[in-house]
Amino acid sequence: MDITSMTAVELGKRIKAGKLSAMDAVQGCLAQIDKVEKDVHSFVTIDRDEALRRAEEVQKQIDEGTLNGPLAGVPVAVKDNLCTSRMRTTCSSKILENFRPSYTAEAVCNLEKAGAVVIGKTNMDEFAMGSTTETSYFGVTRNPWNLDHVPGGSSGGSCAAVAAGESVCALGSDTGGSIRQPSSFCGVVGLKPTYGTVSRYGLIAYGSSLDQIGPIAKDVTDCAAVLEAIASYDPKDGTSIDRSVYRKAMTDGGEGQAVPGYDFMSALVNDVSGMRIGIPKDYFGDGLSAEVREQIRKAVRVLESCGAIVEEFDLSLVKYAIPAYYVIASAEASSNLSRFDGVKYGYRTQEYEGLHHMYKKTRSEGFGAEVKRRIMLGSFVLSSGYYDAYYLKALKTKALIKEAFDQAFARFDVIVAPAAPTTAPELGKSLNDPLKMYLGDIYTISVNLAGLPGISIPVGKDKKGLPVGMQMIGNCFEEKKIIRAAYTLEQEGGRKS
Amino acid sequence: MIKQYETVIGLEVHVELATKTKIFCSCSTEFGGAPNTHTCPVCTGMPGSLPVLNRKVVEYAMAIGLATNCDITRVCRFDRKNYFYPDNPQNYQISQLYLPIASNGYVEIEVGDTKKKIRIHEMHMEEDAGKLIHDEWDDTSLVDYNRSGVPLVEIVSEPDMSSADEVIAYLEKLRMIIQYLGASDCKLQEGSMRADVNLSVREAGTEKFGTRTEMKNLNSFKAIARAIQGERERQIELLEEGKAVIQETRRWDDNKEYSYAMRSKEDAKDYRYFPEPDLAPIVISDEWVQQIRKKQPELRTEKLKRYQKEFDIPNYDAEIITGSRHMAEIFEAATAICGKPKKVSNWLMVETLRLLKDHNMEPEEISFSPENLAKLVELTESRAINGSVAREVFEKIFSENVDPESYVEEHGLKTVNDEGALEEALKKVIADNVQAVEDYRGGKEKALGALVGQTMKAMKGKADPGLVNQKLKEMLAV
Repeated sequence: MDITSMTAVELGKRIKAGKLSAMDAVQGCLAQIDKVEKDVHSFVTIDRDEALRRAEEVQKQIDEGTLNGPLAGVPVAVKDNLCTSRMRTTCSSKILENFRPSYTAEAVCNLEKAGAVVIGKTNMDEFAMGSTTETSYFGVTRNPWNLDHVPGGSSGGSCAAVAAGESVCALGSDTGGSIRQPSSFCGVVGLKPTYGTVSRYGLIAYGSSLDQIGPIAKDVTDCAAVLEAIASYDPKDGTSIDRSVYRKAMTDGGEGQAVPGYDFMSALVNDVSGMRIGIPKDYFGDGLSAEVREQIRKAVRVLESCGAIVEEFDLSLVKYAIPAYYVIASAEASSNLSRFDGVKYGYRTQEYEGLHHMYKKTRSEGFGAEVKRRIMLGSFVLSSGYYDAYYLKALKTKALIKEAFDQAFARFDVIVAPAAPTTAPELGKSLNDPLKMYLGDIYTISVNLAGLPGISIPVGKDKKGLPVGMQMIGNCFEEKKIIRAAYTLEQEGGRKS
Repeated sequence: MIKQYETVIGLEVHVELATKTKIFCSCSTEFGGAPNTHTCPVCTGMPGSLPVLNRKVVEYAMAIGLATNCDITRVCRFDRKNYFYPDNPQNYQISQLYLPIASNGYVEIEVGDTKKKIRIHEMHMEEDAGKLIHDEWDDTSLVDYNRSGVPLVEIVSEPDMSSADEVIAYLEKLRMIIQYLGASDCKLQEGSMRADVNLSVREAGTEKFGTRTEMKNLNSFKAIARAIQGERERQIELLEEGKAVIQETRRWDDNKEYSYAMRSKEDAKDYRYFPEPDLAPIVISDEWVQQIRKKQPELRTEKLKRYQKEFDIPNYDAEIITGSRHMAEIFEAATAICGKPKKVSNWLMVETLRLLKDHNMEPEEISFSPENLAKLVELTESRAINGSVAREVFEKIFSENVDPESYVEEHGLKTVNDEGALEEALKKVIADNVQAVEDYRGGKEKALGALVGQTMKAMKGKADPGLVNQKLKEMLAV
């Protein structure tokens, strides 16, 4: 039995049936890591002993019958911006090289409660800033499909680990496409939930108002299973949404509105008949590679043949999404990252004279170039005299984009879009032109600005054999609609084409 | 000085709220405690931690806003104020700039016979910072985050004050209101109330404001008064010399009675405020405001009016008693039990104030129960004990909150009403003090006092002096 080719749910079933143990599953992943990690380099930290110890614990609970969910005994990898008290959490930055948090992120706790076994922490762009996993202090991650290419980013390590069979599934985080774009490049399924669905408690913030944690998996079923495990209302996160009583603001006895629940696996239904699918014309024009366009067209035709009603529509406002996104995310990042100052934890420069020199030197030495660029950009747009022109305008743009999506979702159940303009670029071709790299996020970031759920699923390969991903976007809280559409596509040949 | 100058003063007052837990986490707000013991990932700014708003903070802020005639902002929110300093673990403070919880209010003050409205520009909620402890010996600094995340409100006045007296009247008024609301203990010395003074001077009669300075580190009313005087003189001196006042922040040194420039406007920090993305806006409904309004306790002004109507006590007494919510509560509760407002008031006005002064205590620190004070009033009213015994017992009530009934019983302090014993004593005193008796009979009224004293002494202080007086007169009249 080859563990590396099994999905999480298949593996979970076998473990439950006693055909495999949780230890076998971890050993299987560790063996694969031994084989490919030197080439792919998905991980920053791998904790073999702890993973095996934890697998034994889980196995005991499975044997006792106290753990019986679909993920019991399944090995997972966790992006290194999610706090883990047992493993260092670096954000792939020198400034947190040896930082071990005092607590574990809520999403990871939830996953462990479901019986998953964390085997390691995955590589990423430093502080999730980047689209290639090349800005990591710990070196680049390579695309398992072709080692000369990037895995995408910033959750490149998580996506590469799943694609390479080093882990069965993984957690990533998505601020502007950081789950969906690398999922597309690595040929795996990645989902960014509605903002407020997965607790951000313990996620080291990049752009707080945009960040969401989400699953990265081999197929739609695993994706739904992992999402079901990690999603929860968490009172520790003030932006977490209680789906039973939708409380967005602190109102006193205010009226609530029920929204679809967390039973995401119930949406694994092969049926899109009557589903209204919108195709934004603006997403399929210039800048989109012909090969990607062709693969997506084919996938859309599959959905249409299954009874979906497909229609094009206008979403021209999204051209303002990139500047709005880089203003908002950088502004928040410039403030979020100010706590890394050498005072309380993490890296501190060796020699300094006085407090301010210590701050400057620590941060100059501890952060990489892309992080510094965004801190400077963010500080600039928030500075006195520029706030209105940049930050406030970006917030207005964000509100308009949300409105445009609201209008679209009055007509459609699901919006289909590319996940990225191209397949994975070659290593070393992106960082020297940051503006071009930022433009690569065009199809994903408006989803974050509007707080919507989006999924990326593989729909084919390009001539070089690199995966092409397709994105499906749902209205707020409508993960189940995109899961259903993605599942149908997967069943009906999306993966085969 | 030929020209006449007037002073223009505005205040920024920080008040620590009396919540049990911090503003964004569930750590205790208790003062003291070993360094970094009242901390968690949130109030130490650990990566990945998130703030969650303590609802009680909003309620206290609303209560203060309503009591100071402010408009309550129905959709308000928090903003981040960015600056690097080690007492601030995230290197940003969660505060309110764009939509503060309350604005556009006022309080009325009285200086001498003049009443004046001091307008409140706005009031906002924010988190306190930790404390830096500089170790001179080691040349290092240590941080204690116990105070980090303790809730504060900052009340910003308009520049409506023109003297130290007005400033102190304003602060007293704010303190009184906030203490009455139970929203803070407002202790300047312990830092639970802090005031920064913005001051400028201008030639009398001119409209245009002069350049102002901001003074910090003022931790007593006396220091505030001295700092205002000092800064006024400093600015006038500059103007008289033809120099300009520089807009800057100055630190008052109360020992040297001089202020030092901390930073000028040129190097003022750009705090890069922006809306706090980790906290949803706070939506305040009509119902919530009504709820808070209903819960508002009777404030001092209303209480004073009621006392004048309900109780037969001097105005002066009523003012002193209502000057402390705690004292007023003792007064009302004791009066309700014994039905003798004047007597209760006397104990508070004379003995209590004296003992507070002797022990250097605040009225808030009174620890005896109104029940015991009421019992004492009843014991004296029924003449079960005499005045000097009552004072002795009261000292015990004040210091240990003893039950006066059992204390009097245990120590045998009850007035002796044994007429036989008293008559014995009187006879002996009359016999032993022939001269005094003669003096009295000869018309020297004063001599009676000596005889009363002798009798009380013989009775070990436990006789009723009124009765002794009366009996003596009867016996000597023969």
